[in-house]
Amino acid sequence: MEVPLRKAKVSREGEFVVVDAKGVHYRELNELINELVERGERKLRLLNVNGQRYIADGLRCECYIEIHGVAGDDLAAFANGPTVVVYGDVQDGAGNTMNAGRIIVHGSGTDIIGHSMRGGEIFVRGHVGYRVGIHMKEYREQVPVLVVGGTAGDFLGEYMAGGRIVVLGLERLETYPEIAGEWLATGIHGGAIYLREEVDEDRLGYGARTEKLGASDRKFLKEVVGEFCRLFGLEAEEVLNADFTKVVPKSHRPFAEMYSDAKEG
Amino acid sequence: MCGLGGILNRYGERMSGREIIRMSCMMRDRYDGRGGGFAGYGIYPRYAEYYALHLFFRDELAKERTEELLKDRVAIIKDERIPMRRVKEIPQENIVWRYFVEVPHRFSNRREYLEKEEDYITELVFTINDCIDGAFVASSGKNMGVFKATGMPDAVAEMYRVEKYRAYCWITHGRFPTNTPGWWGGAHPFNLLDWSVVHNGEISSYGTNKRYLEAHGYKCRLLTDTEVVAYLFDLLVRKQGLSLRSAAIALTPPFWKQIERMPEPKRSAFTALRMTYSQAMLNGPFAVIITNRDTMVGLNDRIKLRPLIAASSDDCVYLASEEAAIREVEENINRLWAPRAGNPVIARLDEEVREEVIH
Amino acid sequence: MVRNFPPEFVVRVDREACINCLRCVRECPFGVHEYDREKKTWKRHHEKCVACLRCAYMCPTQAISIERSPMEYAPHPVWTNRVRKDIKTQAETGAVILTAMGNELPYPSYFDRLVLDACQVTNPSIDPLREPMELRTYIGRKPEKVELEEEDSSIRLRTKIAPNLKLETPIMFAHMSYGSISIEAHLSMARAAKEVGTYMGTGEGGMHVELYPYADHIITQVASGRFAVHEEYLKRGAAIEIKIGQGAKPGIGGHLPGKKVTEEISQTRMIPEGSDAISPAPHHDIYSIEDLSRLIYALKEATRYKKPVFVKIAAVHNVAPIAVGIIRAGADAVVLDGFRAGTGAAPQVHRDHHGIPIEAAIASVDRRLREEGIRHWGSIIASGGIRSSADVAKAIALGADAVYIGTAALIALGCTVCKKCYTGRCAWGIATQDPELRKRLDPEEGARRAANLLRAWSHELKEILGALGLNSIESLRSNRDRLRGVGLTEPELRVLGVKPAGE
Repeated sequence: MEVPLRKAKVSREGEFVVVDAKGVHYRELNELINELVERGERKLRLLNVNGQRYIADGLRCECYIEIHGVAGDDLAAFANGPTVVVYGDVQDGAGNTMNAGRIIVHGSGTDIIGHSMRGGEIFVRGHVGYRVGIHMKEYREQVPVLVVGGTAGDFLGEYMAGGRIVVLGLERLETYPEIAGEWLATGIHGGAIYLREEVDEDRLGYGARTEKLGASDRKFLKEVVGEFCRLFGLEAEEVLNADFTKVVPKSHRPFAEMYSDAKEG
Repeated sequence: MCGLGGILNRYGERMSGREIIRMSCMMRDRYDGRGGGFAGYGIYPRYAEYYALHLFFRDELAKERTEELLKDRVAIIKDERIPMRRVKEIPQENIVWRYFVEVPHRFSNRREYLEKEEDYITELVFTINDCIDGAFVASSGKNMGVFKATGMPDAVAEMYRVEKYRAYCWITHGRFPTNTPGWWGGAHPFNLLDWSVVHNGEISSYGTNKRYLEAHGYKCRLLTDTEVVAYLFDLLVRKQGLSLRSAAIALTPPFWKQIERMPEPKRSAFTALRMTYSQAMLNGPFAVIITNRDTMVGLNDRIKLRPLIAASSDDCVYLASEEAAIREVEENINRLWAPRAGNPVIARLDEEVREEVIH
Repeated sequence: MVRNFPPEFVVRVDREACINCLRCVRECPFGVHEYDREKKTWKRHHEKCVACLRCAYMCPTQAISIERSPMEYAPHPVWTNRVRKDIKTQAETGAVILTAMGNELPYPSYFDRLVLDACQVTNPSIDPLREPMELRTYIGRKPEKVELEEEDSSIRLRTKIAPNLKLETPIMFAHMSYGSISIEAHLSMARAAKEVGTYMGTGEGGMHVELYPYADHIITQVASGRFAVHEEYLKRGAAIEIKIGQGAKPGIGGHLPGKKVTEEISQTRMIPEGSDAISPAPHHDIYSIEDLSRLIYALKEATRYKKPVFVKIAAVHNVAPIAVGIIRAGADAVVLDGFRAGTGAAPQVHRDHHGIPIEAAIASVDRRLREEGIRHWGSIIASGGIRSSADVAKAIALGADAVYIGTAALIALGCTVCKKCYTGRCAWGIATQDPELRKRLDPEEGARRAANLLRAWSHELKEILGALGLNSIESLRSNRDRLRGVGLTEPELRVLGVKPAGE
């Protein structure tokens, strides 16, 4: 009783090309997206998306893709420019190793969102899972930003090497009310995490410490939280009116003492 | 390695296998076609009081030898070929038969009798799997059955006509093996009595768990790490009487650092569970769904190395590797969430689903 | 406390020959030779000597020789000198012992216990100098069968062939990152690869802009640190390799210390200058085989299915089922890295104690893929301790499609295997980013030597094939009948799938 895979239905609504993705395999859907983008289409609306992987994967252009439904794993992985708006949840790995672009998620996300991202922005209105922003990087003017409206699971910003993560904790989970999970920022050696709550030092992982917010931090928060609130229709002033904790690396070389020879040099 | 899914109707109302098949199909990119399976609870209401044994036989000889043993040990109430369609994707390498059996009365005390009867069936299952070449017990619970084979889950469902069965609880699994070759017995769910398990990931502590179970009389002969999960639940919950919550604490305990932070008397209890069941602790990346006749439990490893999503509607509780699989079959979701690592999600008949906070 | 730590080597200087030119002072990056200009006296820091032999070869009067130190602890068969030194080092530092190059423990080598057949009387050997002899190898997925449109004399292919790499010799340069080795070393290998018609791997440190002209002969790598991984980078190379593990340190990651992250390295890796480049032990989006499959297809989607995707693993106990899983997960080739593989930096405990020999891994993976009927789905690339054309021939006879060479390539560039790569002070300009040291490796000369090595081995391979009566490398692949084991036990022969000599 196999569920038959279908061909995508394509239509046009104003400047949008509308694709009904119901029952369409990811390979066909993504081929279609690539074709449309190559033909010069810049606005796509994907309806009935449910778990299709790799949407906007490796896409190099400044197009706008609207997704209605659940975006599958590795959404916009290796992406280099597109804006992807998801009216629904995203599965694991959204923004994986992204270089540039924007992902806006109106629902929640699961694990490893923003893994190794080097540039671009991710805004998630709801919660995110484990290992979010893990090994996030930055390079010159590319400083990735990840903003989460709800809470984050364990290992947030683990091995973080750059970029900015902001967790607002506007809604909490019944089973785990903390704003972020355990082993926060373990092995962090670049970048910063802002949590909209006072966080105890003992919740931090190896190599992380907290720091007082400075004027530039407040300016940054005002900008990105302002943008987050604009995107999701919230009152920025209310959201910003809270104590934030800033988590930063103790050192750019967290494991320098680990090896017998490393000490000599 | 794999993807899994489960549905439990909280009111015990039976559903056809269609939904669980669709859930399974939604996750097809997670499998490689070397194993698929389903378990349904409530599928044999007419024979509900008998143990339903689903058996694979490689040949007639294996079947004859097994039947000799069965006739010697239990009373066969009914037996029949499990109706199957031919599907081109799966070569028919086994004779698939089911037996409804009961254990002759030998014990007077009812409670003791029940326990011993289950041990008796366990022993029988191990004897068949262990001693009869080419025979394998796929499931041995009451009013339930496991349908599995080497192939994609949709082909397995087609072959077994899974959509024609009605159950109040279904679980499914699509396999992508990296330890043992694909064979019918190696597909999930794994079952012993009423316990069934589907598993995504790897139990890296398998060797330790296996030796622990063997010291308690279990025989791990299925060439796969998943079987230890079923046996550990059987040992901890059925034999030793731990609650599902305590069993979960034993299997996926919090880290010592977290235990140290707990207030008394909780700390002592957690410390004792960890110390006592150190060899039962499951290590490595995994998400499992464990079921018995009235319960479905979802559980992740302690640092959540495998995905698991839980959801509930008015009637049903869902567990799956991917959210998309749940959305595919349920439009009216009241709640959908990713359970915390090591916290069991416990869904029981006539109860609200709950995530037990142990981490 | 007295530091009772005998030096490993002693530097002997012939006082009569020495002309006090101080060349040795300038040449030694480890500070062994010290000259006091005022007192006009020499001091040799024997304990710092690593026996790279740079000073000895650069000394204009050949006054220097390096010897093993005669001073050792009292002999003990269990508490060896090395064991005692390791304990003392760790007691001093409280740290993990770091080392480089391949496994140093005296495990037996199967390559050295396998012998090749030769033709005598019943079939003729072939003279490769006269007769055609082919080494061409295609790496990648092959179809189950070929469908054609045939009409009269015309023939047209209908089956879509997956992207493959075309190798003119079945030897490639292994992935060694820019960062662990110099751009001059990378350039040498890139030029040689292009010239000979084979490929080099970037390692996980990205592709320096100077390598772009050779990109069509370069395999890019996606490792757990995701350094430089970028849509353009993926599209630029000839193939993509996902590195899961390496033979020298199975199961662990690596740290490129911040001091090695120079401006150019920072540009190539796309990370900030001076910051540690940390490669986590696993890829954080791969905790299971279906996750590997997800990354394989993410890379294929990002490159529109135009690049073959390889997956490299360390050869470990369960290598056969893992490799089968990798091929089923969509990889076009699996790279097996044996436990003798080299490295620029690895904890000694991992380098010496994890993993299995490459010979056993090739044999069991090849067998298992054939048993499952999917050998054509992907190629097997073997690496880790390939030292000669004979090793290449034996690896191929055991079932490999091609090999990667790392340490051998570096030796061709001047490396003397002093095992100090991780210090970044390579005296031969290879494993260093120091601008002065790097000048010691001329990429022109390096390319010539690296290409020469490939040519010499290729020629020897042809001679080996000729002796076997074969005129194409394809006929040696998995041809274990042309191997015999010498001094191997029954189970070892079974694993390798070869008969004992004489049988």
